[in-house]
Amino acid sequence: MEVVADNKVLAFVSDFKRPEDGSKVRQQALDALNGMDFPTTRVEEWKYTRVAKYVKRKYKQVQTTANVDQFKIADLDAHQLVFVNGFYDEKASTILEDDTVSIHKIDELDEGYYTDLMEDTEENVFSLINKGYQTGGVFIQIKKNKKANHPIHILHVLEGEEVMANARHFIHAEMGSQAEIVTSFASNNASNGFTNVVLEGHVETNASIRINKLQTEAKDVLNISNEMFIQDESSNFLINTVTTGGQLTRNGLNVIVEGENCHTEMNGAYLGTEKQHIDNHTIIDQLYSNCTSSESYKGVMDDKSVGVFNGKVIVRQDAQKIEAYQSNKNILLSKGASVNSKPELEIYADDVRCSHGSTIGELDEEAIYYLRSRGISKKSAQQLLIAAFIGDILDKIQNEAVRAHVDQLFLEDFGWRF
Amino acid sequence: MSNTYTEEDLAKNLEEQEYKYGFTSDFKSDKAPNGLNEDIIRFISAKKEEPEWLLEKRLQAYYAWKEMTEPEWAHVNYEKPDFQAISYYSAPQQTKKYESWEDVDPEMKETMKKLGISLEEQKRLTGTAVDFVVDSVSVGTSFKKKLAEMGIIFCSFSEAVENHPELVKKYMGTVVPHTDNFYAALNSAVFTDGSFCYIPKGVKCPMELSTYFRINEGGTGQFERTLVVADEGSYVSYLEGCTAPMRDENQLHAAVVELIALDDAEIKYSTVQNWYPGNKEGKGGVFNFVTKRGICEKNAKISWTQVETGSAVTWKYPSCILKGDNSIGEFYSVAVTNNFQQADTGTKMVHLGKNTSSTIISKGISAGQSQNAYRGLVQIHPGAENARNRSECDSLLLSDRSGAHTFPYIECKNNTAKIEHEATTSKIGEDQIFYCQQRGIDEEKAIGLIVNGYCKEVLNHMPMEFAVEAQKLLEISLENSVG
Repeated sequence: MEVVADNKVLAFVSDFKRPEDGSKVRQQALDALNGMDFPTTRVEEWKYTRVAKYVKRKYKQVQTTANVDQFKIADLDAHQLVFVNGFYDEKASTILEDDTVSIHKIDELDEGYYTDLMEDTEENVFSLINKGYQTGGVFIQIKKNKKANHPIHILHVLEGEEVMANARHFIHAEMGSQAEIVTSFASNNASNGFTNVVLEGHVETNASIRINKLQTEAKDVLNISNEMFIQDESSNFLINTVTTGGQLTRNGLNVIVEGENCHTEMNGAYLGTEKQHIDNHTIIDQLYSNCTSSESYKGVMDDKSVGVFNGKVIVRQDAQKIEAYQSNKNILLSKGASVNSKPELEIYADDVRCSHGSTIGELDEEAIYYLRSRGISKKSAQQLLIAAFIGDILDKIQNEAVRAHVDQLFLEDFGWRF
Repeated sequence: MSNTYTEEDLAKNLEEQEYKYGFTSDFKSDKAPNGLNEDIIRFISAKKEEPEWLLEKRLQAYYAWKEMTEPEWAHVNYEKPDFQAISYYSAPQQTKKYESWEDVDPEMKETMKKLGISLEEQKRLTGTAVDFVVDSVSVGTSFKKKLAEMGIIFCSFSEAVENHPELVKKYMGTVVPHTDNFYAALNSAVFTDGSFCYIPKGVKCPMELSTYFRINEGGTGQFERTLVVADEGSYVSYLEGCTAPMRDENQLHAAVVELIALDDAEIKYSTVQNWYPGNKEGKGGVFNFVTKRGICEKNAKISWTQVETGSAVTWKYPSCILKGDNSIGEFYSVAVTNNFQQADTGTKMVHLGKNTSSTIISKGISAGQSQNAYRGLVQIHPGAENARNRSECDSLLLSDRSGAHTFPYIECKNNTAKIEHEATTSKIGEDQIFYCQQRGIDEEKAIGLIVNGYCKEVLNHMPMEFAVEAQKLLEISLENSVG
């Protein structure tokens, strides 16, 4: 490929091996990348998140192995799919005997299906780079009217210096099926890595998908995740995102509701320390009537960390009787910490009940005083209050093993007990 | 402009100016040819006999404007005006709009009657009357005398430039610099007139100042400029606009309003905007692109109250820069859109000083096929210890073809700040309407009643007479919008 010096995107990908599998999807993505640029803070969607520093780097796509056992979730009897630097690690993975799901490589996904379904979702420069240069991923089918016997755990690990992981997954929940997915992101002996992962999915009529997403990478990692889901009639979609790692984390979560009587739920807890930057962008696009959605994100920012929340609920014309709730609450623990919150409602139908709320503040001094007057140390009092604040979100994680894992994580990282 | 100034003087003046500035265009009429260039700006400045420093300011603004592009981020769709097809100056003419009261559009009369405007006032507003002007002048003069006694300056912007150049020079462009945005730059380059108000130290202005009562009115034009300066410890309540429907042939309005509240001062600025919103098919109507901003020094307070019912496209964000410690910013707004109107309006509260607090109450009502957006910014800078903000943005949808949008931006860089924002969007409950109908109140009246209750929180902040008219205005704006 000819590298045009002034095109940053082409320069960025110039060292990546161009896969020659003749995939039309890839080709389309590569074509679309031509003439595109990385977003600057002048682009509305990236107003508060600066990626310029990172995209100047020359990342490598390196296939290797890593010690992944430490990142497994204890007592989670799940299909384990391990990706090291975006490459599938077959040895480290475990696929259980299960007739309710079928797990394939992403390349086995029918191209026609792939493009038809996803043409509505908006791709950005990062998801296109992922599409053009993906090095692996899984295509998971949850069989019709079946409840998956085991949860599916997709584990992403970064290993090495300045590596970039481009994994791409697709979840197809067939009519009436149910499944629980865990995606987790970690890094091991890695420095300045870049995780650029895309998770797409189609939740068919009456199907239900629950996702728990855990981001615990080292604090020098750039993590850009794009999740795009389409919901059919009477389906359920839930995602809980817990973010404690990464130097810059950007979660782009996009759900298009294409049927009546759907329920969509998004919850997030993000905890920033040092100079972390955590950005959660969500869009719920309601196209049909009688749907409900609920969104709740809570952040605790310490040191010089920055939290960003941009939630958007779009209710299209004729999508009547929609109930949408959106909330973003933040606690700032130190002087240098900051939060930018932008909860948006875009409503074109009249018979709706939509609301959003956003708060930013510090810990309630009176509450701390109350606890201290009862002999609890200041530190413990703060921990208690933060735990109560974040606990709301963690309670949405229904899977006990995952919850225990998260609790352990918080205990180790912050000394908090829930 | 003095009354003795004649055409001949003007022509002579222009010739001299031509020589002075070396512009060669030959303008004979009172109306500038269409388009905007340096010569036009020199022409406007010359016509208004402005001092050189002001011309310099205009030219600076013009050069800045030339480099700018029209903002596109607002949630509105419209055909952009051709800036070279507008005439930027036409001398205020005192011609009667109507020959007699009988010629006035009956629909307009009806509306004014509903607003409860007195016949005299109605005649004055439509530009018919001659007989009672005497009366109005006398009222105005007595006001003026009283204000002058207290040292309050309240006059047109041109007069202020002529009589109080030091004040204008000191404060103009300090809150809204000419480089601020596309329309502010345009205004700074071509503004024709506006109002100027100065309240001296420690003076509490005894009456509501209003452009509505001002005698030297005479067509403020489409590029209005308002500057209100409240010196230390003073108070003023300023009213802008009026509830009567304004038929205006100017499509583009780009005004700039600057408020300066020095230490311990308070400015209350109320607006009722009812420009022509276009017809029921969405044809015509005014584009209202306004830049309004105030700066608060120590312990100062600025309060914006607005009722917006007019204009085809509105783009307006009255803002407060809370620079001084303990300063307060308030924004109370009702924005109503009907038919094909589009509004993107809200506020900006920039907290710089310690213990600053701001309150935002915004009520949007969308009917017909209109789009109504709230866009607000609350920004807490690192030095703004103990800053406090509360925002409440409610939207009411009256038809299934209308849209209501909320785009709040909350940026907090200080951990001692407390910020709360909430917004809701819904329609009027059927049970509420049913309740009213049960008691013999028809649907339209019921909606009026509910809407007024919904807006009460904002209307309560308006001066009394204004509030009464604004309430009726809401009812009229929403007529036939039941859907």
